[in-house]
This record gives sequence, structure tokens and C-alpha cells, in this order.
Amino acid sequence: MTRFAGRPLLNWAALAAAVAALIAVPEFVEIFTLMQFTLFAAMGVLALSLGFIWGYGGILSFGQTAFFGLGGYAYAVSVINLGDSTGAIGIAIALPAVFAAILGYFVFYGRISDVYLGVITLTVTLILFNVVNATAGDEYRIGAAALGGFNGMPSVPTFNMPGNPSMVLDPTQGWYATGGALIFVYVALRLLLRSPFGRIAVAVRENEVRASLLGYDPRLIKLGVFVVGGAVAGLGGALYVNWGAFVSPTIFALSLSAEIIIWVTVGGLGTLIGPVVGCFMIQYLDSQIGTQQTFNSNLALGAILIVFVLLLPQGLIPTLRTLAGRAIAAPSRTAAKTTVAERPAEARQ
Amino acid sequence: MDLAFIIALDVLNGAASLVLLCLGLAIIFGMMRVINLAHGEFVMLGAYATVISANAGLNIWIAMLVVAPLFVGVVGIVIERCLIRFLYGRLVDTMLATWGLSLLIVGLVTTLYGNTIKGVPTPLGGFSVGAYKSSYYTLFLAAVALVMLALVYVVMRRTRFGLVARATMQNPGMAATLGVNPSRIYMMSFGIGAAITGLAGGLLAPVSGVVPTMGAAYVAKAFITVVGGGSAILAGTASASGLFGLINQLGSYFTTPVFGEVILFISAIILIRILPQGISGRFFKGSL
Repeated sequence: MTRFAGRPLLNWAALAAAVAALIAVPEFVEIFTLMQFTLFAAMGVLALSLGFIWGYGGILSFGQTAFFGLGGYAYAVSVINLGDSTGAIGIAIALPAVFAAILGYFVFYGRISDVYLGVITLTVTLILFNVVNATAGDEYRIGAAALGGFNGMPSVPTFNMPGNPSMVLDPTQGWYATGGALIFVYVALRLLLRSPFGRIAVAVRENEVRASLLGYDPRLIKLGVFVVGGAVAGLGGALYVNWGAFVSPTIFALSLSAEIIIWVTVGGLGTLIGPVVGCFMIQYLDSQIGTQQTFNSNLALGAILIVFVLLLPQGLIPTLRTLAGRAIAAPSRTAAKTTVAERPAEARQ
Repeated sequence: MDLAFIIALDVLNGAASLVLLCLGLAIIFGMMRVINLAHGEFVMLGAYATVISANAGLNIWIAMLVVAPLFVGVVGIVIERCLIRFLYGRLVDTMLATWGLSLLIVGLVTTLYGNTIKGVPTPLGGFSVGAYKSSYYTLFLAAVALVMLALVYVVMRRTRFGLVARATMQNPGMAATLGVNPSRIYMMSFGIGAAITGLAGGLLAPVSGVVPTMGAAYVAKAFITVVGGGSAILAGTASASGLFGLINQLGSYFTTPVFGEVILFISAIILIRILPQGISGRFFKGSL
């Protein structure tokens, strides 16, 4: 992070490239591929949320799908009731954030240790899954929206132009909205990490006691990180529901929770681009495996996770960075060595 | 009166299944601080071992009580040697690796046997209490749970292996200085934990749907019970299983099975919040 913070030009170039790719993609690919990319981008937002709270806040949530699913359901319910997606997206971000604040208060102010945090987030996700699954039947409806239980909610209205419900976005515009949201969230998180809050969050992750001795309240900081993560995951949920125009309780499923953790582990913990890269790669792989019948995608995912934990625990991006750093540093280091060898007397002093 | 008796039986059944499910996990977590997220898949492997060998013509009792624990115990030892032992002391990495393992096992079993498999019928018959019916198998499960608790107690308290294992659990460095090989103790404890879990899978095979993904239903329950029970293997598991079994069954009776589970999960979260050390950290200090 800090190494790249000193290179604003490079950052701007990367951002420009990302925006250019966002605009150019619909020109080059079929509509089916574009829809697939839209899904990847929506999931990328979810990956960013876990990459942020785990990589920079040190909070390993086994239930990031709780916020993702809440966001999805909040979007679906409110868009059906409001008829306009503008406010619905706001609700889909706000509701998971509030839920994260309540849950986070309960967890962090109770000084519950890391392992138990994992257990509690996992359990909360299961509770949500069970509850939503049991809402089949006509008595479970919020306003005009029937929750539908395990059948889910079909034909959820998709995004429309802000403030204009009659102008529904077509798939290409949907791609712009989703991909644009991914880039926006990425940039916003990068800026947040550079702010005092982001720096203190990293300090708390590094050493909670030291941070509190310096006068910061680790509980509050962690709560803040958790809430931001919840809001981002909620946005991801809304984007996901917009992609499929459908939401069902499987959005809370444990398998998806597991998959997010795999994205972050594979891409690289402690970076923001890593989780997105990991997410794209694993999802692409998953869709490729889905086209053949010989072996199961769980098998491949499990094997990938084990291999990364054992052999490449840092993940792809940090490893590539280290390798690139070494490649750049190698010539200069040999140069430095020769200078030292030529002037042994000085070097010893 | 009859109804109260049947509900009491249900509570007993719930608690006994929880004890069977959690004992292996409690041993592995309590001894090695390893959180094994593939625990549910060990249960599944036990159930598959039972179903496949019973369908191949083996006596159902041998399939449940011998084949399942032996098979899963061996699998556990192989996994400990190939995977877990590289990750001791790295709690989060162990959780990730075992999660990967659980996906791998589910994928493997699905590839080999497909999404469904022919189940086995419940052995032993039923009996009726007034207008209600129950099965002898429920009582059998409770008996096995009690026997397992007693067995673990005797092994841990009365045998040389138990003494060495408890010493390694308390202070591996000191135990190694006294000539114990902690690595071997870890391997054996993991194998024993896996074997007990396999037994649970075998015993639950006749009363639950045997599918590759069945483990997911158990792992969270087992997990919160062990965490709720705290560090004492026996006292913690037994008390937390009893409490959660009671809450689950009563909740299911007064609402629906789904909300019974929800009530169970919510009370587990509240319990962890009030007693972060678990039940045994507060009430049974120093017990096994």
C-alpha cells in the first residue's frame, strides 16, 4: 500500500485503464459474456467487502453472505414497494450497515475473540437462512412484496435511471452500473485506507494493545470497519439481485461464504485488488468446470484452497509483488555488492 | 403425561445426538486447538461407510459400530499427517485448510457416488406410549452416548495414554522434555476424535438423509456446542449438549422445527456473549 501511495501517476493510470476497460467491454463481447462479466463484477464488490474487513481490519467473518443476502432482500423488497430502484439501492446499503453495527456492537464490545467471531458470524448467517427459508406462504409479506420462503422472490424489478422508474437499464447499461460500482467501491476503499481512520484500522489490526495505549479505542475502530464491510456487501447484494432479477435464500448459503474466503485467500490478503482478481479467476474457473461433467467444482475449489493455504499462504498478488520487487531490486543489489567489495575498508566502518 | 414422556424422550434424543456429534470435535479442539471445519464431512464419511457396507450385505450393527469409526479414524490419521500437522498454532490457516478439505471431500464423494445413495432402514422396532409412538433406536442412541462419555472419561483419567495426552494438552514443551513425542500424541488424538465422529455418522445414518452435503447441517451445531461448552472436553460437551438439546427440542415443540433451530442458534450466541469461556470455564473449572 504505502509503496504505491507514493506513485500517484501509476494509480491514475491504473484507474484510467479500468474505466477504459469498463467502457470498451460491451463493444467486444457477446451479450451472454457481458452478463457473465456483470455477475463477476457484482461478486467482486462482495469480495472487496471481505478483503477490506479481513485484510485491513483483521476481522475474519465467516458470514459475509449475511450482509450480502440482507442487501439483496432489502433491495428486492423495497424496489417492489417503491417502484423505483434509486431509493431501494440506498436501503440495500443502509440496512446491512445497521445490522452490522448491531452485530458488531454485540461482538466487539463483548470482547469476543477471533475464533468466536467466526462462529458467531457463521451462526447468524445460518439463522437468516433458516428464517428466510421458512417464510413461504402469503402471511409473510412486507408491503406488496411476498418473501416466498425457499422459492425466493421471482421477477424483481431491475435498476432504472435514477429517479425515473420508466427508464429501465438494458444489459449494457446494467454492466456500466455494476462495473462502475466495483471501480467506485475500490477507489472509495483506497481513499478510506489513506484517511486517518484507515491508518488507525491497520494499526489496530497490527497490534490492538499498542493502538489502545496510543489512545484509540480498538472496539470502535473495528466496529467502523465491520460496518463499512457490511454496507459494501449490501451493495454487492443489490447488484447481484439486479443481475438475476431474482433472490432466494441460497444467497445466505454457507457455500457462498466459503467461496468468498477462497477468493480473498487466493487473490491475496491485505490487498484490495487481490480479492477482486481472486474472485474473477475462481468464478471463471467455476463456470468452466460447470460446462463439463467429469468432476465436481467443490473438488477443484477445495483443492485450490488447500494448496494456497499450504504452499502460497500470501496469495497471488502479494507473491507476484514480491517477485516483481525482487526482479527490480536484483540488478541494483548486485551493483551495491560490487561497490562494497571494491571498498571493503569503508564498508566495515 | 404421555406427551410429557415423549417430549422428554425427544430431549434425550437431541442431547444424545449432540453428544455423539460433538465429542470428537471437542477432543480435537480441546487437545490441539484445531478447529476442524471438515467435521461435518467426517460425519458424512461415517454415514457413507455404514450405508455402503450395510448395502453390500454386512450386518448393520458391525457396519455402524465397527466399520464407520475404523474407516473415519484412518482417514483422520491420514489427513493429520498430510495436512493438519503443518498448520499447528496457525488457527486461521487451519480453519481455511479444513474448510477446503470439507469442500474436497464433498466433491470427491459426489463424484464417486453421485448426489443420492440408498439409505438403510432404522434397526430395532418402535414402542408406543399411550397415543404416541417412539423407537427403541432413540434409547439405543442415548445409551451409546453415555457409554462414549464414560469411555472417554476412563481412558483420559485411568490409562497411561490418557495421562500422557492430558500432559501434552497442558504443556507440549514440558511433555516433550519428559520423553513424550507430542507429534505422535497429536496424530493419535486426531485419529480418535475422527473415529468418534465417524461412529456418530454411522449411528445417525439410519435416522438422517445420507447425502454428500449432509455435513453442513452438523458442522455449525457441533461447533457452537463445543464453543459453548468450553475447554473441558467431557463436562463442557455434556452440559452444552444437554442444554442445547433441551432448547432445540422444546423450541421445536412449541414453534416449528425450523424456528427450534433458530432459537438454538440465538441462545448459543447469547451464551457465548455471557460466558466467553463456555459453560465449563465458569462452572466446572478443572474438570475433564
